[in-house]
Amino acid sequence: MSGITRAEVAHLAKLARLTIDDVHLDHYAEQLNVIIESVARVSEVAGEDVPATSHPVPLINVMRSDVHHEGLTNAEALANAPAQEDGRFRVPRILDEE
Amino acid sequence: MSELIRNTARGLSQLLHAGEVSAREVAEAHLDRIAEVDEQVHAFLHIDRGYSLSRADEIDAKRRSGAAMGPLAGVPLALKDVLAMKGQPTTCGSRMLEHWRPPYDATVVERLHAADVVILGKTNMDEFAMGSSTEFSAYGPTHNPWDLTRIPGGSGGGSAAALAAFEAPLAIGTDTGGSIRQPAAVTGTVGVKPTYGAVSRYGLVALASSLDQPGPCARTVEDTALLHMAIAGHDPRDSTSLDRPVDDMVAAAQRRDLTGMRVGLVRELSGEGFQAGVQQRFEEAVALFTSLGADVVEVSCPSFDYALAAYYLILPSECSSNLAKFDGMRYGLRAGDDGDHSVEQVMGMTRAAGFGPEVTRRIMLGTYALSSGYYDAYYGSAQKVRTLIQRDFNAAFANCDVLISPTAPTTAFRIGEKLDDPLAMYLNDIATIPVNLAGNCGMSLPIGLAPEDGLPVGLQIIAPINGDAKLYEAGGALEAALLDRWGHHILEEAPAL
Repeated sequence: MSGITRAEVAHLAKLARLTIDDVHLDHYAEQLNVIIESVARVSEVAGEDVPATSHPVPLINVMRSDVHHEGLTNAEALANAPAQEDGRFRVPRILDEE
Repeated sequence: MSELIRNTARGLSQLLHAGEVSAREVAEAHLDRIAEVDEQVHAFLHIDRGYSLSRADEIDAKRRSGAAMGPLAGVPLALKDVLAMKGQPTTCGSRMLEHWRPPYDATVVERLHAADVVILGKTNMDEFAMGSSTEFSAYGPTHNPWDLTRIPGGSGGGSAAALAAFEAPLAIGTDTGGSIRQPAAVTGTVGVKPTYGAVSRYGLVALASSLDQPGPCARTVEDTALLHMAIAGHDPRDSTSLDRPVDDMVAAAQRRDLTGMRVGLVRELSGEGFQAGVQQRFEEAVALFTSLGADVVEVSCPSFDYALAAYYLILPSECSSNLAKFDGMRYGLRAGDDGDHSVEQVMGMTRAAGFGPEVTRRIMLGTYALSSGYYDAYYGSAQKVRTLIQRDFNAAFANCDVLISPTAPTTAFRIGEKLDDPLAMYLNDIATIPVNLAGNCGMSLPIGLAPEDGLPVGLQIIAPINGDAKLYEAGGALEAALLDRWGHHILEEAPAL
């Protein structure tokens, strides 16, 4: 668990869909290293027998009743769209061109 | 009008009820104050004077019609810009949501409307609530009204500064690791992080879903209690909302009797690493608890030493997942969509342009902690620490009604001082984080000024899950004793703006 490499940071940025230039990549790599070094001690304290807690208040399968209710109208849903066309969200091309 | 802005919500409520002042006059006095001082403080990101005044007029008309009015009817409030308010900007302090207008109200906002509270505007915050100083707002920092060169805490620095600058008597904050309590501490105001699930998260733009909790902020414990009761209660739209009645926080705040209350001093949350003046005021408050009849004992919560490390794995993990939705496709910023870039490239450029440095750091840290190969060592271990912290709290509360500590290790630091040192910034939350990890509740209230810098010091009171009324009981009694001693509210000592 020692050190995170610059290449790893570049890979994380790609996974997280963050376009980061080389200069900033170095800076983030340096800072992430310091943080990770400091938080790594969590693995020292709890033994195998300690269960994990994902949530402070245990609640199981909270369901709403299965009844119809009004949602947003088409116009309301599109009101904040960065781009729209024919009553739909317009998005950049999804497939690479030939 | 200046006496209106210095009044409490309770005091304004009495004047409004007696017909001595109108909701419009109260709103105007506060909007005028904002116009006068907010250029220096920058507590607000958005003000809609027309909206606020027309809302005040509606409330005045309702009162004239003879309708029954709630205790906060006509009282103004500052709303943290992380809660959705229909048709009003809700930026979360980020360029990503600069032009977003939510098509719906958060449950907290609905309840404020139902209570006839007049919302004055949206307050500044660290971007997506990540930070302890409000310096990570994309729209510039908020300045501490006690000293404009210093930070007002964070992430809810705007809400706390609005209270301290007498721009509003009430404010809403959200607390994921201390974002209500630490700003309260460094501005000489009061803030409560309720028990997880006590106040609905519906319409709160999520940072870390298992830690986030909206809560009330004010200048007095009783005002905080009034606001707590207005916003708490079960909400079927939040699946983690607690389905139980809301206790009478106002009655608890007014009880003013600590006889026999068992108060635990948490050994791990004071002493080394805490500023001398903070420690001094804290020790005086401990003595005051004893003189009021409380039984003060020392308790140890050894796993708290690992709370900060666990928090900075759990929070980034949840945040990296929650913030994945900001991809520039359906709402929010979109960058680089010039026809030459693929959807994946546009998402990457949008997120790079829309997120600031702290958000970027935490998203990458969370992505790392959740990667295969590291998951067990980091995220899995952090969740186990969470269990140990809950066990420590359970053991402490077996012998104590409430626990106490300083809220923050230092008074307000200077703007810029810790901006590029993430670890130093994270240490501000060392005393507040355990409460978020365990899901119980905490309050910060002012206990004096640090002798070395003349800046406010906060005391944190911690109660068990669903023990929120105990916070108000202990806080109300302590505040009354301090007001007796000082002869005035601590904010009277702040320099004039």
